[in-house]
Amino acid sequence: MTVDSQQLAPAPAAGAVTTGGGRRDRQRLPRAKRATSLTPISGLGLGIALTWFSLLVLIPLTAVLVQASMGGWSAYWDALTSPQTLAALKLTVGQAVLVTAVNIVMGTVIAWVLVRDQFAGKQLLEVVIDIPFALPTIVAGLVLLSLYGPSSPLGVNWANTRVAVFLAFLFVTLPFIVRTVQPVLLELEQEVEEAAASLGASRLTTFRLVILPSLAPAIASGAALSFCRAISEYGSLVLLSGNLPYSTEVASVRIMSSIEGDHLTEAAAVASILLVVALIVIITLDLISRRVARYA
Amino acid sequence: MPDTAAHRAITWALRLIVIGYLSFLVIWLVALVAAKTFAGGLAPVINALRQPEVIFAFELTLSAAFWAVVINTIFGVGISLLLVRYTFPGRRALNAMVDLPLSISPVVVGLALVLVYSGRTGWLGQSLEQAGFQVIYAPPGIILATAFVSLPLVIREVVPVLTEIGTEQEQAARSLGASSLQTFGRITLPAIRWGLLYGVVLSLARSLGEFGAVKIVSGGVAMRTQTATLLVEERYQQFGLQNSITAYTAAFILALIAVLALIIITSLRPGKGASQ
Repeated sequence: MTVDSQQLAPAPAAGAVTTGGGRRDRQRLPRAKRATSLTPISGLGLGIALTWFSLLVLIPLTAVLVQASMGGWSAYWDALTSPQTLAALKLTVGQAVLVTAVNIVMGTVIAWVLVRDQFAGKQLLEVVIDIPFALPTIVAGLVLLSLYGPSSPLGVNWANTRVAVFLAFLFVTLPFIVRTVQPVLLELEQEVEEAAASLGASRLTTFRLVILPSLAPAIASGAALSFCRAISEYGSLVLLSGNLPYSTEVASVRIMSSIEGDHLTEAAAVASILLVVALIVIITLDLISRRVARYA
Repeated sequence: MPDTAAHRAITWALRLIVIGYLSFLVIWLVALVAAKTFAGGLAPVINALRQPEVIFAFELTLSAAFWAVVINTIFGVGISLLLVRYTFPGRRALNAMVDLPLSISPVVVGLALVLVYSGRTGWLGQSLEQAGFQVIYAPPGIILATAFVSLPLVIREVVPVLTEIGTEQEQAARSLGASSLQTFGRITLPAIRWGLLYGVVLSLARSLGEFGAVKIVSGGVAMRTQTATLLVEERYQQFGLQNSITAYTAAFILALIAVLALIIITSLRPGKGASQ
């Protein structure tokens, strides 16, 4: 995903990289006419790469699903519907939806300002946008706690509350929609907007009928990534949320306490839900990028 | 668009909203790491950095990150070349699957690795342990977890560049008699070097900061498997001012590396004036 108009230049945020880079190459991959079929050497390379990918990613993720099914369907269902797990899943999904909604508005506004506005220090904001991606989550949790915890300079104490979960999610998901919307906005031709304006459309109408439809796929991709990142967040919540069962315990913290209690099947059951959501997001992104490619 | 007063008012309002939002959510936070670290002056920070546990944690973090980045660089360039330059069954699936590690919770990553590589119950871990090779609760596990979470970063930087440059130059080199290794070294590698560099810097930043997955696979024993992020958590939860300062000092160093990595990427990016 590029912050620049040049497609060669990659973005600093890997979240962005997934969408932008991924979107771009995905829309080209199936059409790459110059791609050749495998030679013996590249075939060997593919074999080695796939072996490593399987050992590192595919086999372990399969192990999670197998472990989840270890106790049979009823045990799986019981693990997921135990009141504590259910409360954790509800909290996680609820806050993730809320945060994604905020990001849809704020992410689009930030991308708009970064692309269309000119002011001193804009370059600094470009770096700031990516900080939540690069900053270790435990460091984020540590400072979120000192900012909103018991010794808050703001005089609030949101530690161990759901506000803390919301703020942590909001912090870690900041870059996603900004970084997916930005390149699309850069490539949007302002002539179309001028035409709309000259035909008498108000600014709001132009935005609603001309700009927003072009941004919609990018916003959708960013929202999917943002949601996915939020439900999988762990590091920034360890210190901040207090991890109180039924109140501030999120899904990943629930998995962690199951692992620490050596209830691996229970942990794998909850993990399987997160895994399925991640897969759905990946497939959705692939479909969105294909749709965009078709109309492009 | 006509530059009316209303237009200017909206521009200013949006600009202020964005600056305010980012200051509140990010800038203030980062500034606070520094403020908290140096709140007691320089002496406690230096004390913190002298502790053997801190030195060990950073050494372990650096070496695990180094190996993870080396693995991801070789694997990433290889996979990118395969995805862009060749057709094979399952290419689209592989292209989507390499993104998976970015969408998966670190806790799930840790659990997945434990299930396969644990010496006690793991699918492969039991045989590996019998062969005298411990993965979980040992540095190899930390490297695996780190490599897992940062796996797509190099690929996502290199693939667009490879797609963009096309194959004309490579084909020209080949037709002039260059071997595939020569073509890669003289043509392909120089063309993708910036994308590759960003991917490596990003992977390094991500690797140094990994927490959840490493927490599960390493066990976090001080002086044995405790990385820098795990040290931050452990020290913060202990009582006493020095422990708290030590936690903030380690956090400050990690934050500094992250911000530096971003600044390097932003300033090195070619043609950054284009968006101005």
